[in-house]
Amino acid sequence: MKEKISFTINDKPVTLEVEGDRELLWVLRTELGLTGTKYGCGEGVCGACTVLVDNEAIQSCQVRIRDVAGSKVTTIEGLEKDGNLHPLQKAFVDHDALQCGFCTPGMIMKAHSILTENPNAKKEEIVNAMDGNLCRCGAHPRIIDAIVDAAKILKKG
Amino acid sequence: MKQEHKCDFMNLPASKNMNNDRRDFLKKMGLIGGGIIIYCTIGNTGRSIAQPGFGSTPDFNAFLRIGIDERVTCFIGKVDMGQGTITSFPQLVAEELDVAYDRVDMVMGDTDTCPWDIGTGGSMSIRIVGVQVRSAAAEAKGVLKLLAAEYLKCPVERLKTKDGVVFDTKKSDSKVTYGTLAKGNIIEKHLETKPSVTSPDSFEFIGKPYFHQDAHKKVTGMAQYAGDIRLPDMLYAGILRPPVHGALLKSADLTEAKKIEGVQVIEDDNFIAVLHEAPDIARMALSMIKAEFDLPSTSLNDKNIYEHLVKTPVQPQIKEKKGDIEEGVKLAKELFEETYLSAYVAHAPMETHTSLATIENGKVTIWASTQSPFAIQRTVAEGMKLPADKVRVITPFVGGAFGGKLTMVTDSNLEALEAARLAQLTGRPVQVSFSRAEEFFYDTFRPAAIVKIKSGIDGSGKIVFWNNDVYMAGDGGTEVIYDIPHQMVNIYGTWMMPPPGAHPFRVGPWRAPGVPNNIHAKEMQISLMAAKAGVDPLEFRLRHLKDEKMIGVLKAAAKKFGYKPAKPVSGRGIGISCGIDVDTYVAHIGEIEVDKKTGEIRVKRVVCVYDMGLCINPQGTKIQMEGACIMSMGYALSEGIRFSDGAILDKNFDTYRIPGFSWVPKIETVILKKDNDPPHGAGEPAVIGMGALIATGLFDATGARLFEMPMTPERVRAALNKV
Repeated sequence: MKEKISFTINDKPVTLEVEGDRELLWVLRTELGLTGTKYGCGEGVCGACTVLVDNEAIQSCQVRIRDVAGSKVTTIEGLEKDGNLHPLQKAFVDHDALQCGFCTPGMIMKAHSILTENPNAKKEEIVNAMDGNLCRCGAHPRIIDAIVDAAKILKKG
Repeated sequence: MKQEHKCDFMNLPASKNMNNDRRDFLKKMGLIGGGIIIYCTIGNTGRSIAQPGFGSTPDFNAFLRIGIDERVTCFIGKVDMGQGTITSFPQLVAEELDVAYDRVDMVMGDTDTCPWDIGTGGSMSIRIVGVQVRSAAAEAKGVLKLLAAEYLKCPVERLKTKDGVVFDTKKSDSKVTYGTLAKGNIIEKHLETKPSVTSPDSFEFIGKPYFHQDAHKKVTGMAQYAGDIRLPDMLYAGILRPPVHGALLKSADLTEAKKIEGVQVIEDDNFIAVLHEAPDIARMALSMIKAEFDLPSTSLNDKNIYEHLVKTPVQPQIKEKKGDIEEGVKLAKELFEETYLSAYVAHAPMETHTSLATIENGKVTIWASTQSPFAIQRTVAEGMKLPADKVRVITPFVGGAFGGKLTMVTDSNLEALEAARLAQLTGRPVQVSFSRAEEFFYDTFRPAAIVKIKSGIDGSGKIVFWNNDVYMAGDGGTEVIYDIPHQMVNIYGTWMMPPPGAHPFRVGPWRAPGVPNNIHAKEMQISLMAAKAGVDPLEFRLRHLKDEKMIGVLKAAAKKFGYKPAKPVSGRGIGISCGIDVDTYVAHIGEIEVDKKTGEIRVKRVVCVYDMGLCINPQGTKIQMEGACIMSMGYALSEGIRFSDGAILDKNFDTYRIPGFSWVPKIETVILKKDNDPPHGAGEPAVIGMGALIATGLFDATGARLFEMPMTPERVRAALNKV
C-alpha cells in the first residue's frame, strides 16, 4: 500500500508516495537518486548505509521509510555546503583516508554523529564508536586520524 | 635463487592475427575521438600478456590521446578498485610526456576504448602496463618533437619540451603546444629509435607522494559504482538461488510473487528472476517464491575438509629439488615435522558483485563491478552468441575486489551475463546486484590449504634439509629463500587448477594467491627450528640467508622496530616473517599480546618493509601496505568460511568477522629506495606475512605452537593448554 510520507532530505522538504514499509536505504537510492548511501550487508552489520536521522547515525537498511516521516534526514550528498566540503569530508581527503571509497559515505556520516553527540570525543572513544562500520581495504588508521583532526577543526568552529 | 614468474597466466601465447588487431586498434582510435595517439609494442617489456584471438590488440597496447584542449588522456584496460592506480598512472604519463600531472585524464577498464587487458590482478598494473605506458609516453614526446620540427621549421635537435610545449632552444618565442600539434587528428607514428625514459635523478613526478585523485568524488557520494548508475525504465532483478552448492531446482511456485504490483517474473529453464523498478520490492517478491530443490549430500564441512583435500588424487609438481633429502635427514640432529592448515577465506569486498546491462541497436552495454572487463565481454558475447564488438563493458568505480572479481579460470562475474540475458528477455535495462548472502555463496574463495613441512637442523643449528608438500595453495611463496643444502618442494593442486572434486564450491585468486598460506607455514617452521637451536629468530634467519635483498628488508624492519635479539621463547610476543611476492621482497616484524584466559590475540604493532624496486607513488604504496596488513589480520585471526553439505553457513558479517577499527595496531611502513630497479608489485606483498607474524608472535609470547589459521581464541586456548 502506497502512503504519502513527508520528511526533510538534505534540508529540503519532500513528499513521497511509496510503500511505507520500504527501507529508507532503497527509497533514498531509487526514489530520490541519492546513491551515495550504499548497500553493504542489508542487516545493519556493516555501516555502509549510514545516514543521519535528526542528526543521529542510523543504518538506513534497518529503518522503514514510514518511520522517518516528519524527520530530518541527511545523507552524504547533504554535507557539502555552497561548494565547500564539510570539515569531515575535507579531513578524509587530507588524510587520504580511503581506498575503494565504498564505505566512505557511511564512515563520514557515522563520524558526524559521533562528533555531534560528543565534540570532545577522545581517540579511543572514536575507535569504539566506529567499530560497527566496516572497511575491507584497511583505511582504518587514516579514518581515525581524519576524524580526530576534523573534531579539532569543528570545535574551533 | 630462482626468480621466475609464478603467474602462469601471464605466459599465454600472443595473437597471430595482426591485421585484425590493427583494424581493431584503428577503430578504437576513431571511437576515442582523435588527437595524437601513440602506441608501444609489448615486446619492449619482454612479456606477452595478450590473449589469443579475441578482441586483443597485442601490439597496440597503450593509448595516449593528446586533445586540442591540451588535455592528455591515457586509456588502460586495467581497473582501479581502490588500489590507486588511477592516481599513479598519470605520474608516469606526466613524467615522460612532460605535462602537468593534473592535465592527464585516465580512462580505465572500458572495452570499447581501452586496449585489451588480461584483468587487474597479480599487482601487474604498474610493473607490467606501467612500464609500457611510460615508454609509450616517452615515445609520444619524441613524436611531438618531430611534428614540432616541421611546424616550427627547426631541426629537432634544437627542440626541448616543457609542460606541454615544444620550444626552440635558440629562439625562445618559437614554440608550439602539444594540442596545436595534435590538431584533433588521428596520427599514427613510430620512432625508429626508442627514446630512453627519464632517469631517476631527473624525476619530477615519479617517486613523489600523490594522494588519491578521486577522493573528492568518494567523500561527496558522487563516485558512481555499478549499482549507482540509473537508466530510464531500468529494472532491478532478484534471482532464485539454490540453498546449497550442487542443488537442483525441482519446482517453484511463483503465484504469490506474481501478485506483487509491478513485478515481472522471468522463467527461462531453471533460471527464475523477479524484476521490479525497486530493488527491495524485487527482493521481497523473490522471497515469496516457494521453491523445492534436490539437495546433494557431500558430507564435507569445514572440519573434515582437510582430510578430503589431502586424499584428493592429483599428480604433484616438483617445484624445487636440490641435493638429496635422505642425505639431509642423516645430517640432522633435530627433526621437525609439522602440518599447517588454513581455511577457505572470502574476498568480502564492501561492494557486492553488481552489473547493469542495457541493449540498444543490438549492442549490449554493461557497467560492471569487476577486475576483468574483457573477460566479461567474452563471457557475455559467448553466452548471448554475439560478436565481441557487440558487447561493451564499462568499469565504473569498483568497491573493492581483492581477486574476487577477477576471472582467471572461474567466471567471477556471473551477474553480468545474468543482467544481459534479463535485459534481452525484458527489453529494458536490468541491474543484477548480489545480496551479501549471494556474495558469500558465489565467492571464489581462497582455497583451504594444507602445507606439510619436514625439516632438520644439525648440531650447530644449521638447517640441513627442507621437505615441503603443498596441497591446494599452489606454489606462490614456496621458493626456498634460505640456504639449505637438501631441499624438495612438491605442489599438489593449485588455487588456479584444483583437481576435480577437491573443493565443494568455487575457488580462485585471493590477494597474493597461495602466498600467505605458504609463508605462514614456512616462517613458523623457521621460528620453531630457531627456538630449538636456541638462536634468536632474526639472527637464525640472517644466518641462513645469502640473498642481499632479503637480508636488506629484514635488517630494515629490525631497525625500524628497534629489535633486540633474545633467546627464544622470549615471552615478548615478537613475530617475524619474510618472503617474496610479485618480485617484491617483504619483511614483517611486529608485536602481539595474548589473553591467556580468553585466547584472544591482539596485534599491537607491525613494521612492514618493501624492497619493490622503483616505487612510483610512495603514498599510494604506503596505503596499500597498511591496508594489506589490516586485511590480513582477518585470515590470520578470524576468517574461515563455515560450510556443511554444500551450504555456506556464513551469510553476513555478523558471523564472518573481518578486522574492525578496534583491531588496528600501530603500523609503520618502510619502502627501500631502489630507483634504478624496475618497479615490482605493490598491492599484494604486504598480505603475505601477517599470518606468520602472528603465529610466530604467539609462539614467542607463550611457546604455544598453533598451526591452523584462523587462530581463533578457541584454537589459541587449545594450543596454550599443550605448552
